[in-house]
Amino acid sequence: MNTPPPAVAVRGLVKRYGRTVAVDGLDLDLAAGSVLALLGPNGAGKTTTVEICEGFLRGDAGEVRVLGLDPADAPDALRARIGVMPQGGGAYPTVRAAEMLRLVAACSADPLDVGWLTDVLGLDGCARTPYKRLSGGQQQRLALACAVVGRPELVFLDEPTAGMDPQARRVVWDLIQALRRDGVAVLLTTHLMEEAEALADEVVIVDRGRVVAQGSPTALTSTTEQQELRFRARSGMDVDGLIAALPVGYGAAEPIAGRYVVRGRIDPAVLSTITTWCAGQGALADDVQVARRSLEDVFLELTGRELRS
Amino acid sequence: MNRFPPGTFTPRPGPGAPLRMLAVQSGTEMRLALRNGEQVLLTLLIPIVLLVGLSTLDVVPLPAPRIASVVPGVLALAVMSTAFTGQAIALGFDRRYGVVRRLAATALPRWLLVAGRLVAVLGTVALQVVVLGVLAVALGWRPVASGLGWALLLLLLGCAAFGSLGILLGGSLRAEITLAVANVVWFVLLLAGGIIVPLGMLPGPLAAVGAALPSGALAEGLRAALAGGHPPSAAQVVVLLAWTAVASALAVRTVKLR
Repeated sequence: MNTPPPAVAVRGLVKRYGRTVAVDGLDLDLAAGSVLALLGPNGAGKTTTVEICEGFLRGDAGEVRVLGLDPADAPDALRARIGVMPQGGGAYPTVRAAEMLRLVAACSADPLDVGWLTDVLGLDGCARTPYKRLSGGQQQRLALACAVVGRPELVFLDEPTAGMDPQARRVVWDLIQALRRDGVAVLLTTHLMEEAEALADEVVIVDRGRVVAQGSPTALTSTTEQQELRFRARSGMDVDGLIAALPVGYGAAEPIAGRYVVRGRIDPAVLSTITTWCAGQGALADDVQVARRSLEDVFLELTGRELRS
Repeated sequence: MNRFPPGTFTPRPGPGAPLRMLAVQSGTEMRLALRNGEQVLLTLLIPIVLLVGLSTLDVVPLPAPRIASVVPGVLALAVMSTAFTGQAIALGFDRRYGVVRRLAATALPRWLLVAGRLVAVLGTVALQVVVLGVLAVALGWRPVASGLGWALLLLLLGCAAFGSLGILLGGSLRAEITLAVANVVWFVLLLAGGIIVPLGMLPGPLAAVGAALPSGALAEGLRAALAGGHPPSAAQVVVLLAWTAVASALAVRTVKLR
């Protein structure tokens, strides 16, 4: 059996805006028919990378192949095969939702049924509403419908669930899982860790234009060295004393009054150290949980906790 | 349980038929223009009011029969309103709302992106010419039959010149600035660019400037064709073609999708 060529292959991509380096030597691989989540803080270079892959921007250095094509040289040939959901959507301000979807559908050889798609994405109630009067979530769902209506083999979704309520997000997650099931490759950008964790085969965390970590969600979160233990006990215990009682390299904190976190490799000896120390403080460690780190923890560790402008 | 049956999204990509893409895009844009109150005011109501008002009331001195100098000017105004002002404003706001980028991201090739807008402009201008022409005939206008072909040629050259200027303006500047500039230019050319007042009745220097503007060349060419059956002068054709060439060349360099 032949392995199909990768949907996206990026090597050493660099993009500068004046003196700002938006993308700084980035590599990316999306296998045919799989889902890749590009995760990163604002300004990490996610949208720039996606727009270079779509052929809207030209990189300053590096090699980009999307479905075997160079997007900068063959944008028309490429866009006949991909679906794009740009950040913030895109439609004539006064066009009716269904009218816009019909226009985009007409640009494809064998589009999905517009009426069905409108219905299943919950847009039937606003099919005749002008675009600028749609809610943010409705505009997002219309943009998503426009991205998939042409039966593409690769879909780019730039923050597909931004501004959506939980029900709408559920529909979008279903849709992305159905795309993957039917053999469509998906490259999505997101801020939402749980979205990346739930949908992606591969998560790539980018920061300041570089890849800082990548792997399957499980691989990224289950590094055994980096477990944590949470427990409840009376508030205000001496955390420094606990750290001193633990082996070198362990961390402990009381992020919320009465709730404690110990970070490091959790084994029976460490658990015993913790409970013994609590007993010495006249406290009972309650609700003890050993948790693997969430993707959010990994993300914040790698990209820092300070706010970005 | 997934709400999308298996096989729903099995890839079957490919571009649509070019003529169908062109028809749907230009049809959509023309419908949007005719659904928009401000656009209809600009493209139909103001030309109709000027046609009726100027031909029946003696507000501006014009040679008799008044309607013979009013109709060509109003037709030139119709072209300018749709191809330049309306087009620039629509393009400015379409860019703001990301529609140009949205369409560019489909299988619609780039040449169709521009062609679709121009066909929508031509369709709107055809509608204006029919409405204004029928109304003018009802008001007693009798064009010279031998000049109708020349008038059609001039209308197309005018659409090309004003259309490229409209795309240049709406495609390069921010939507609010486009809105202001497009309206000011429309108003200035209406009064001093040979549209309402024939160039021959403007002061000398103003008339010379007017003859080099697309509005003056178009309106004067239409007056000569429809009142006298004359072909357009070489100067009028050169002026319209030169504005088209310069504006298109600049537009290719400056127009942004967003």
